[in-house]
Amino acid sequence: MIREMYRNLARAERLAALRAEVRALESAGSGEERLCLPFGLEAIDSRLAGGGLAVAALHEAAGERPGPADEAAATLFLASIAARRSGPVLWALARRDLFAPGLAGAGLAPDRVLYAECGRDEDVLAVMEEGLRHGGLAAVVGEVGRALMAAARRLQLAAEEGGTPALMLRRWRRSGEDPLAPPSAAVTRWRLACVPSAPLPVAGIDRARWRLALARQRGGEPFDLLVESPDAEGRLALPAPSQHRPRDGLPARRAA
Amino acid sequence: MTASRRDGRREQGRRKVAPIDGEECLPLLLSHRAGNRLVIAAASPEARKLGLHPGMAVAQARALVPGLDIAEADPAADAALLARLALFAARRWTPRASLAPPDGLFLDLTGAAHLFGGEAAMGRRILVFCGRAGFAARFAVAGTPGAAHALARFGGGGLCPPGGEAAALAPLPLAALRVEEPVLAAARRLGLETIGDLLALPRAPLQRRFGRTLLTRLDQALGRAAEPLDPVVPEEPPAAMLRFAEPIATPEAIEKAVDILLGRLAETLRKEALGVRRVALLGDRVDGAVQRLDVGTSRPTRDPDHLRRLIGAKLETIEPGYGLDAIRLVAGRVEPLAPEQLSGAKTVPDLALLIDRLAARLGARHLYRATAVESDVPERSVARTGPLAPAAPWPKWPRPVRLLSPPERVENVVALLPDLPPRRFTWRGRAYRVRAADGPERIHGEWWKRGAEAEAVRDYFQVEDEEGTRFWLYRRGDGVDHRTGDLSWYLHGVFG
Repeated sequence: MIREMYRNLARAERLAALRAEVRALESAGSGEERLCLPFGLEAIDSRLAGGGLAVAALHEAAGERPGPADEAAATLFLASIAARRSGPVLWALARRDLFAPGLAGAGLAPDRVLYAECGRDEDVLAVMEEGLRHGGLAAVVGEVGRALMAAARRLQLAAEEGGTPALMLRRWRRSGEDPLAPPSAAVTRWRLACVPSAPLPVAGIDRARWRLALARQRGGEPFDLLVESPDAEGRLALPAPSQHRPRDGLPARRAA
Repeated sequence: MTASRRDGRREQGRRKVAPIDGEECLPLLLSHRAGNRLVIAAASPEARKLGLHPGMAVAQARALVPGLDIAEADPAADAALLARLALFAARRWTPRASLAPPDGLFLDLTGAAHLFGGEAAMGRRILVFCGRAGFAARFAVAGTPGAAHALARFGGGGLCPPGGEAAALAPLPLAALRVEEPVLAAARRLGLETIGDLLALPRAPLQRRFGRTLLTRLDQALGRAAEPLDPVVPEEPPAAMLRFAEPIATPEAIEKAVDILLGRLAETLRKEALGVRRVALLGDRVDGAVQRLDVGTSRPTRDPDHLRRLIGAKLETIEPGYGLDAIRLVAGRVEPLAPEQLSGAKTVPDLALLIDRLAARLGARHLYRATAVESDVPERSVARTGPLAPAAPWPKWPRPVRLLSPPERVENVVALLPDLPPRRFTWRGRAYRVRAADGPERIHGEWWKRGAEAEAVRDYFQVEDEEGTRFWLYRRGDGVDHRTGDLSWYLHGVFG
């Protein structure tokens, strides 16, 4: 029993050591220290390898269920990541349902977004790669239905070369298979689901709430938690526990 | 044929307007303002037949002929058209073409007429061209510009034999000599009607009485005084060309040739402080066909590396066939570009370079920015603008990130009128129960765009169902007045 425990412990240590080594190798490959984009939320940043989203890397997000709602959440999530960096953003589209005022609500002002209307998934991937290698963009977002492993790897390499985050929205296709099921070269893979928001004491609707699940990350563990949708600067928030919740519209009153 | 310089002079009238079948052509007049009265500047043949002639007051013309079509003369546009015609002549017929405003051109045919089969044949060809282009034209060839001018305008055109200017001009009126009206009036008072009358008189008293101009014009027409012409110079676009001793066909060789040409073109552009917006690569094939490739840029540039990348992406569209004899690079559109500063520091890469590359791949119209339009109707509030154009932001109302186009009808809606949100609805065959909602946001139809929207109203609600999904629904009509809409519900967008 005790030996078993020791063996497990030793295994965990060995794994940790190996992971550290792999991480060192990876960062050595990129030539300079990896830059990170933190979410500004301790609950997320502390659980991400590197303390935030690696900037020069490929990140994927998808809705948890098929249908437009979760996909819209994933879109806003990626938009908020892009919004928190400064500079122009390239958005490669394959469908025409994106509504620019909605993106502006998540912090992506219209003069920051350059849209590229692509016919097919291959075009989206090629445009993303071109944008990533350019190196002057804050982020490159692509809406992709199907991406092969090789394509994802190319994007990862291009992201490293240009030092630009590649944000891929994996859209559900008609066949109904989970877009995040096949393996991918992405550094992080996120799943977004809408959950009911906190009820208000009056008629109206509170800030939207999502279940944010990190399905996979390189060099770290998956996790999930509840967050509130991004504000006008693209910042996510954690839902306040109900007893400490500030009264709406009023600053929290202090005891004299 | 003597070696003397010969000039063709072409008089060009107003562009003829072809009558439309079944519609009678009204007599057309062009008017211009002289002092404080309107005067006819030009008249169509129909109008001339009715006795209306340039110089007559428009009021008088109206009194004589009812139902005239009168338009204002546009001398600037006439001059621009004449300049374009001169440029065309300089490219097509003779390198030395010059303007004779307001409605004539001088073409110096020296050394050019034989290319068109002689002066007479060339004249006919030019007249045919003018006829096809819609100009009424006359053509005269003479040894001096002055004589050609006089013959084209007053002598009915035609060829004047070398050295025969004096004889040809003698019966023409003095007005043919390009002198001002006071001089003509003075000559008329003395009984001088034709150029022949003038030639018979001694020169010294003439100069004392009429001043220098008359004699200078006479000498110019007869070739005794020089009259230099000021030819228009067609602007050649910056270009570079490479001819090969042996035709080339391999992609590597073509790439190498393009490299060399780009270097040369960049050097030319740098010297003239220009940048290209459009470049054409032309390959002359052995069989005579020309292969063409066009690239455009979003900002003027002369960076050979950038142009190489743009051309390289399309180079496979050139089909060399049995080989290319020559490759040309022509800057189709150029804009001024100041010399750029070379700085040692690494700068942020230029977005325009990326835009050009993406535009070459996708087509320029698939690359855009979204900008706000002054419209509250959601589907009209976004317009596309150029990838480098400034974009205006929208008002900060909550808007969905995905918009359904067109909005989809939802069924089985339970909602209290007039302005409570729906409690439940069915969309795409699935029933949704609403937990929380916000609204309404009332958007009125834009009656100034479509008459049907004069009274239309949409009431928008943001609703959240039991799973947390947020939809943007609207109801047609304000719920009170049936003219504002039929109270049907639509789903227009999805929030995240």
